[in-house]
Order: sequence, then structure tokens, then C-alpha cells
Amino acid sequence: MSGATTARGKRRTLILLAALALGMFGFGFALVPLYGLLCEVTGIQSVERRANQTAADVASATAIDQGRWVTVKLDATVHPDLPWTLVPMERRLRVRPGESRQVRFVAENLSGREITGQAIPTVAPWQATGFFSKMECFCFTQQTLAGGETREMPLVFSVSPDLPAGIDSLTLSYNVLRIPGAERVTAAR
Amino acid sequence: MTTTTLDYGHGHEHEDHGPPRGLKRWLFSTNHKDIGTMYLVFALTMLFAGGASAMLIRAELFMPGLQLLDPDLYNNLVTNHALIMIFGAVMPAAAGLANWMIPLMIGAPDMALPRMNNLSVWILPAAALMLLLSFVVPFFPGGGTQINTGWTLYPPLSLQVGMSMDFLIFAIHLLGISSVLASINIIVTIFNMRAPGMRMMEMPIFVWTWLVTAFLLILVVPVLAGGVTMLLFDRHFGTSFFTAAGGGDPVLFQHLFWFFGHPEVYILILPSFGVLASIIPTFARKPLFGYKSLVGAMIAIMAIGMVVWAHHQYTVGMSLGAVSYFMIGTIIISIPVGLMVFNYMATMWRGSMTFETPMLFAVAILLMFSFGGLTGIMLAVVPADMQYHDSMFVVAHFHYVLLPGAVFGLFAGVFYWLPKWTGNMYDERLAKIFFWTNVISFNITFFPQHFIGLAGMPRRIVDYNVMFTEFNVISSLAAFVFGLSHLLLLYIIIKTVRGGKKAEARVWEGAKGLEWELPSPPPFHSWTTAPQLAR
Repeated sequence: MSGATTARGKRRTLILLAALALGMFGFGFALVPLYGLLCEVTGIQSVERRANQTAADVASATAIDQGRWVTVKLDATVHPDLPWTLVPMERRLRVRPGESRQVRFVAENLSGREITGQAIPTVAPWQATGFFSKMECFCFTQQTLAGGETREMPLVFSVSPDLPAGIDSLTLSYNVLRIPGAERVTAAR
Repeated sequence: MTTTTLDYGHGHEHEDHGPPRGLKRWLFSTNHKDIGTMYLVFALTMLFAGGASAMLIRAELFMPGLQLLDPDLYNNLVTNHALIMIFGAVMPAAAGLANWMIPLMIGAPDMALPRMNNLSVWILPAAALMLLLSFVVPFFPGGGTQINTGWTLYPPLSLQVGMSMDFLIFAIHLLGISSVLASINIIVTIFNMRAPGMRMMEMPIFVWTWLVTAFLLILVVPVLAGGVTMLLFDRHFGTSFFTAAGGGDPVLFQHLFWFFGHPEVYILILPSFGVLASIIPTFARKPLFGYKSLVGAMIAIMAIGMVVWAHHQYTVGMSLGAVSYFMIGTIIISIPVGLMVFNYMATMWRGSMTFETPMLFAVAILLMFSFGGLTGIMLAVVPADMQYHDSMFVVAHFHYVLLPGAVFGLFAGVFYWLPKWTGNMYDERLAKIFFWTNVISFNITFFPQHFIGLAGMPRRIVDYNVMFTEFNVISSLAAFVFGLSHLLLLYIIIKTVRGGKKAEARVWEGAKGLEWELPSPPPFHSWTTAPQLAR
């Protein structure tokens, strides 16, 4: 093998491998839509589908199931960027499937400034997500608290009677995030 | 042909004036031996850094309750220990062996792309600095929170960590670039620079293991780089790849991470298995059993290993069909891995064995790695894993796989080739003391963790129930012995580099292969004329 052939061989292998590495970097990003698509095609529930199911289930779930209790646990976590506390007034309550209940959360702004936050709900186990519906929730909109303000915020929810028989307890957990820049908009108004 | 002759003359010219003097020799090095040495020195340094964090973890777990570390710092140490050991110690050490041995084994004068080789080794100190900064930044005012996510960096927690996470993401980018460049270099070398007449199926198995490893690295490391890039975008540029609030899915990150993370296990283990394939025939004085099946097994491990990643996330709520697929795929991998272990045992069968330190390590590795493999099958079974998930049992399992499978294999390789590199024999008596202390204390450290894991002690939590105290005390005490035993390793290496009984070209009686045709230590430029293969 002569030197020139080796040099050409090396360059060709190098280019192919560099292209492979770049291709795999792109593949990582391509997995984002592919992952959603895979769930769509195979019927594995994606987050989006679980969210859409809720509306349909709300319509069907009207009758109250008197033969069954479901424990609903409430929990909230506040992002470290946000100087707030959010505490449910009741941590756990027992409800009949189909019955609509109201609970209150207490939010307090620990800082001296006006701050806007947004609560993001999650239900665990996820299998219960489609059967838990919120009629009224402070998480539907952004909440703005003045400096030092304390506010009670309502949540009205119901658990569908179609909730799978194996589930007798579920947790509704809120993640509260800061909405940066929202204060400036309110101030300008 | 004329060019080859010219190259030969050119090479000799260099050989005459030897390596450049001083710092320049290392900073501007394009020599595969010097770069291999730098990789190994870097890896040894990182082994001690990662070891220090492991010692702190064990010191905290010595007793229930909080003594030394607050919970966030504890979890930061867990993160730090894993990343340093995987990216700082094991991968660079394996790359160091590759740089030293592949050109010698295939009869090439150097690596194919020597300047790129220099780049990939010198990125590492920068990356290590970033990794170190990610650990220390939270200690300064305004430095944000500690990285309490573990090395898996799962969102949403990793989105909430302070600026130290950005240092870490950058460190991972650098480490990834370094290993992809090194892998490209290794593949180009193996494909284009083999001695005339050496066919692919005649290469030493060590070279084959690195060929497969390098391909795995190129296939999966960029996906991790993509994943952490998305994390960075979510943190700073308002995207929502993983934030549920913006329509993203945190579980997607787990898929991206483990798409890299599972093949990574084979990336760590395969080079060490290549070392075993060199050591065992030498000390059993028999040819390697089943060369072709070993190559086949490796390629099978690579192919199947890339499509079973989600067995790390059985508990995220995948469908029954999906978990069944990942379970069956994972269990199937034990077939080619078992085949490799079987071939090594068959090589020893009825051989004239002697037990110098590399061989002692090799035998111990086969035993302990098989044990780790068996607990791996337990974890692969979905209903069982639901119980074992995130318990100390998992910690015991992967330390039984990675310490023997990767780290001890590298130790064995260092003892096996150290006389070749330095020209001096290491102190066999000290090395045997090191072996026994190391292996016995390793087992006492990690064996009890199986039991406390099965009894319900979770991992990555700073405190534990008092009923686990006794086993944790045993585990911690042995861990301190295990950690300190590496100082002996350091001493043996320094002693060998500084002098000792002169080694012959063929250091070991039964050693076969091109690297043993060269004197010990080999000249600065070796194989400037390609060797003639005996047929």
C-alpha cells in the first residue's frame, strides 16, 4: 500500500465517521418528534393525549358512585426562583367518585415585590390523570401576588366514576414556577 | 512504494534525536506513546478525585443520621463521583491503553491522526476543570444550588439547579467531543494502518474490542450531547423540550439519556474484556479459545445493547408491551456476554497456568463480573425490578459489574503492559499484596449492599433506617481499606517507572503478538517499517 493511498483512505474514513457523529447529534433532536410519533402510532399514552382525554371523561362522569372511596392527596412544590409558599389547607381528603369537591390553597409572597407565578398540576399515578378533572383551579391562569400578600385560592375538582378499580388513592401535585417579565407588563398597565 | 521508503528514512531521523525536551514534549505531543501516557496519568489522577468523593459518601453512610454532609452536598458528591469515575477515570484510562497498544499491536508507526490525538487528550484537563467548578461553585456566594440530581441529570430537578448545572453541561460537551475525536482516530487507524497482510480477522481481540467501543461511542455520545443541549436550552432559552408546562415531556430526557447510558456500560467494559483476551492466553500458555465467536459476540453486544435502554426506567409507566420488549432484549444480551466469559474459561481449561498479578486479576474479574451479571438478570425482570429499583441492591449490582468489568480490567492491563512501557519489571510481591487487599476489601464493601438493598434501603439518600447500621458500618470500613489500597497501586507504578529489574522484549513467557517483538521500552518511534507477519 503506498503512502498516497493510505492518506486517501484515512481521509475517507475520517469524513464518514465525522458525518456519522454529526448525524447522531441530529438524531438526538429527531427523537423529540419521533418519540411523540411512536406513542401516537403504538397507542402508548403521551402527556398530550392524557390531557385531551380529560375533557371527554368529564362529560361522561356525572353519577356519584356511593360504593367507593378515593383518597386524594394534595401537595405543592415552589421553584427556588420564586419566593412564595403554597400550602393546601387540607393535605388529604376522601371523596366519592363523581362528587365535586372544593379545597383551598394558601399562597404567600415572601418578598417585598409584586411577583407573578404559575402552578403546573400533575397527577400520580399517571393512569389516574384522565379520570381527575378540575372545574375551577388557580392553575388555569397566572397568579400575581403583591409584596407580602397572602391569598386563599380555590380548587374545584371531581374524580370520575370510571377510575380503574385498582386505584384507591391519587396525588395531585403542583409545581409553581415564576413567570419572569410578567410584573413589568402589569406595572406598565 | 517510493513514498514508503522516504517515510522510513524520515522516521529514523526522528529516532536519532529522540523526543523533544521539557514541557513542549507533552504540550505539543503527537506521539501515540506520550499521549497514551498522558491519558493514563490523567485517569489515575481522576481515580483519586472520584475516590475521594466515594470516601466522603461512605463516611457519611457510616452511621444513620446526618453527620458530615448536608443532603444536597451528599447528592452532589454522588453526582460528582459517578461522572468523574466514568468520564474522567475509566474512559480516559481505556483510551490510554488504546493509544499505547493499538499501533504496537497492528504494526503501525503511530495513530492515523496524531494532531487530533493531541486535541482529544488536551481537552480533558479543561473538561476536568469544568467538572470541578460545577462542584465548587455552589460553595461561593451567589453560586446557586448544588447538583443534587445524580449523574442521570433527570429533569425537572436538573432544570431547577443553579448555575453549577451549566458548568456540568459544558463539561459533558467537552468530554463528549474528546471521546468522539479519540474514537474517530482509533477507527481510522484500525481501518487504514494495519501491517501489510494483517486481515481484520487476524487482529488481536483487544483491537477488536476497541473498534466496537469506538463505534459505540460515535453512535451514542452525540445523542447525550444533544440531550444535555436541550437541557441547556430549557434552562436558558425558553424552550420546553422537557418542561411539562410548555408541552414537553420529562420522560423524553430519560430516553435520550439512557439511549447513551446503556451502551456506555459496554463502552466501559469492552476494552477491559479486550485486555483479558491478551492476558489469559499468555498466562494459560494456550491460544485464545473461539476468536471468531468472540468477535461475533462483541458485535452482537453492540447491536442489542443499543436497543434495550429503557430497562433503566421500568417504573416511569411504560405500556406492558414496551416493558416486556425491553426485558426480553436485556436478558438476551446475557447470551453474548456469557459466551465471552465462557471463551475465557475455555482458554484457561487445561492450560499451563501461572498466577502473576495480571492473571490473578483476570481470574477474579471473571468470577466477580459473572456475579454482577447475575444480579443484572434479576434487575432485568420487570416485576422484580419494581421492587429493587433505586435501592442499594442496584448500587451493589453496578459496582460488581463496573469495578471488576472495567476498573480491575484496566489495572490488569497496566500490570501486564507496564514492563513493556517502562522497561522495568514491577514489584510482584507488592502487586500481589495490592491485588488481595483490593479485591477482598472490594467484596466486603459491596457484598453487604445487596442485602440492605433487598431489605429496603434506598440509594441516593443521605440518611437511612437504623436497622441497616451494621451492614453500612462493615461496608464503610471496607471501603476505606479499598480506597487506601490504591495508594499502594500509585506507589508500585512510581517505583516501576523509576527503576527495577530490566524487562525483556517478551516480558511474559507465553506472550504472543507484535507488541512483544519490540524492545522494552519500545523506541520513541516504533514500526517505522511495517513488520513482516510470519505465516
